[in-house]
Amino acid sequence: MDIPYTVEVRRDTGLTNGKIGIWLFLASEVMLFGALFASYILIRTGAADWPRGDTILNVPLATFNTIVLITSSVTMVMAWASLMRNQFGKFRLYMGSTVLLGGVFLVVKYFEYSHKFHEGLLPSSNNFLAIYFTLTGLHMLHVIGGMTVNAYFLGPGAKQWKTNPTWFANRVEHSGLFWHFVDLVWIFLFPTLYLL
Amino acid sequence: MSNSAVDAHKPHVAHEVHHEELGFLRKYVFSTDHKVIGIQYAVTGLLFLFFGFSLMMLMRWQLAYPGAALPLIGGLFGETRMPGGVMNPDFYNELGAMHGTIMVFLGVVPLAVGGFGNFVLPLQIGAQDMAFPRLNMASYQFFFLGGVIMLASFFLPGGAAQSGWTSYVPLAIINPGQTAWLVGMVFLITSSLLGAVNFITTTIQLRAKGLTFMRFPFFVWAQFVTAFLLLLAFPPLEAAAILQLMDRLAGTSFFMPAGLVVSGQIVHNAGGGNPLLWQHLFWFLAHPEVYVLILPAMGIVAEIVANNTRKPLWGYRSMVYSVVFLGFMSFIVWAHHMFMTGMGTTMAAFFQTTTMIISIPSVVILTALVLSLWGASIRLNTPMLFALAFLPMFGIGGLTGLPLAFNIADIPLHDTYYVIGHFHYVVAPGTIFALFAGVYYWYPKATGRRMNETLGKIHFLGSFICMNVVFMPMFLVGLAGVSRRLYDGGATYAFAAPVLHWNAVSSWGAWIMALFQIPFIINFFWSIKKGEKVGDNPWDATTIEWAAPSPPPHGNFAVAPEAYRGPYEYSVPGAAKDFVPQHEA
Repeated sequence: MDIPYTVEVRRDTGLTNGKIGIWLFLASEVMLFGALFASYILIRTGAADWPRGDTILNVPLATFNTIVLITSSVTMVMAWASLMRNQFGKFRLYMGSTVLLGGVFLVVKYFEYSHKFHEGLLPSSNNFLAIYFTLTGLHMLHVIGGMTVNAYFLGPGAKQWKTNPTWFANRVEHSGLFWHFVDLVWIFLFPTLYLL
Repeated sequence: MSNSAVDAHKPHVAHEVHHEELGFLRKYVFSTDHKVIGIQYAVTGLLFLFFGFSLMMLMRWQLAYPGAALPLIGGLFGETRMPGGVMNPDFYNELGAMHGTIMVFLGVVPLAVGGFGNFVLPLQIGAQDMAFPRLNMASYQFFFLGGVIMLASFFLPGGAAQSGWTSYVPLAIINPGQTAWLVGMVFLITSSLLGAVNFITTTIQLRAKGLTFMRFPFFVWAQFVTAFLLLLAFPPLEAAAILQLMDRLAGTSFFMPAGLVVSGQIVHNAGGGNPLLWQHLFWFLAHPEVYVLILPAMGIVAEIVANNTRKPLWGYRSMVYSVVFLGFMSFIVWAHHMFMTGMGTTMAAFFQTTTMIISIPSVVILTALVLSLWGASIRLNTPMLFALAFLPMFGIGGLTGLPLAFNIADIPLHDTYYVIGHFHYVVAPGTIFALFAGVYYWYPKATGRRMNETLGKIHFLGSFICMNVVFMPMFLVGLAGVSRRLYDGGATYAFAAPVLHWNAVSSWGAWIMALFQIPFIINFFWSIKKGEKVGDNPWDATTIEWAAPSPPPHGNFAVAPEAYRGPYEYSVPGAAKDFVPQHEA
């Protein structure tokens, strides 16, 4: 028994099931991060004093990480576009770069975190650090999740290219939508936490 | 983005599941069939409802006879929880918190959305299964794990959560048992999220040919809106749960003010947190959650009322617009739970206004259902009895909510037994009656057999009387000013003395109601094998689920059904039968 519209689009909606599913999931993610950003605003406006991010956090490293993530979003699109052009070799190159750039982001974040811990700056130190570690930590979990899915499409999942290329391209596109969302969250996190 | 470039490749979709070859485990435990998952949800949900009810029956002993030893079974709960059979306050708090949590998140929602939504919705829209069958299975498994964590928390050091189902801070951060509750909630939230994505996608994509949105049975509309509420309202609670976990485990102070003194000791934390923040995040979920509890119930009642009045629903379109409006409004009423927090009169004025507005669509739906009865020759079978009882019971629940919606009137009523009476009228004789109605109504579709009518009517009559005996006195106790949180039911307060005897009345109502659930339990299991055998459409209904065989096989329909008309064409003048099914040309 096959579920219809997994691969081909339904005529009157013009969408596949997966496309609707991923957008709905992203809508719920917006609510998750939206609630956390709202919490940030409420805690900050109620605080007697609040440090500027750049007095505690490392802005150059975070700028570097922003560039890394934006680049990885570009390679993600290129990976999907390569599939649409039927160039599987290029897909592997771009998808590999996307996963790798995600890894670079995590390594930089690891150094940032361990430096903070080393200085004795912990989530329990003050509410600025609490919200910093919670938001970036949750974002890192999302980066790891996105990398896992992308690595799957690079590795064992790539077999599907041979059996059902349309479906495979669709799945890479959906994974890409998630990856762009993760990127977008960082683009909000960076100024909010590091610059304001 | 277009897929045209790769559309040239011919899609070969491998048959992943050959249902003929499925073993027991794949068929009943790790099934991807929406009907099996629906039944898994429903049975687990019913078990949790009964368990949650049992917790309450224990509490009712302490409320009726404060400080008296519980006879017969008092010794079973151990010396730490019930020394000499007398309940400890901590145990009472555990029972209270877990009763609410279990009834809402593990009982009613899984039965209403996971059970009926999974089983009925794909059949009603003529689909073979849900859009993402494996996600559907994962959704049940997350729910099950969440349930196991909640149950296991009773046996962990520190016991289960003791801070109410609302888990208000800072109490919840200081109290033991809360960590397991939060972890369990994260599982339940994940489960709801997967379910919601699946329901919405299925409804949009897999509806039968010709089944436009305005031809949906009202039940489908109700589930569709419910899925949006679950999708968008649960993530903020997940955020809140993460923040509370951080406060408990990493020592942050999101919700903790500085210099808090607990049991004579200053709590050492950075401070600067905002306890109100938790309440905002919690109620941002939990108010839409109220509509998650009630909308599927309204959907079930609408189906059964249309079927047993043999008439189209009165005002179907207004009902649909109302349910959509209701869903939207439910996101902007949450702070009416917080009038007493000192959040300010401007906020209170806003939320009291939106709360007044949201009562309008509820009244429209209820009125449409009542008017549908007008002039009908009503078939009084068991599902219809429960559905009919839903109308006044939900009506009482709704109307008693109006004084709570007004900032001024809420001040004396807030956190009294009046509130308990109000929302239990909505959820217990309201939603749970509708769920019973649904069980009796769709049981023939799931098993091919009808449940016994005599046992069903005993179940109905007993439950109907007892429900009112349990909850009506709470209005009196509440109006006298007795707080809902008291371990002794108010015995220490002189002003409560004139109404205290009602506590025992409520308790006896609850215990006798438990006895009236026995016919239901017997009926439920007995009818699987011994119930009266019926055809595919025993109620002469019009909606598409009755076009499938009973029980429907994997894949549901032999031929993909098509919809030719609206959902409730009963007693059409000039038609040969008094019902014209949607799927008949």
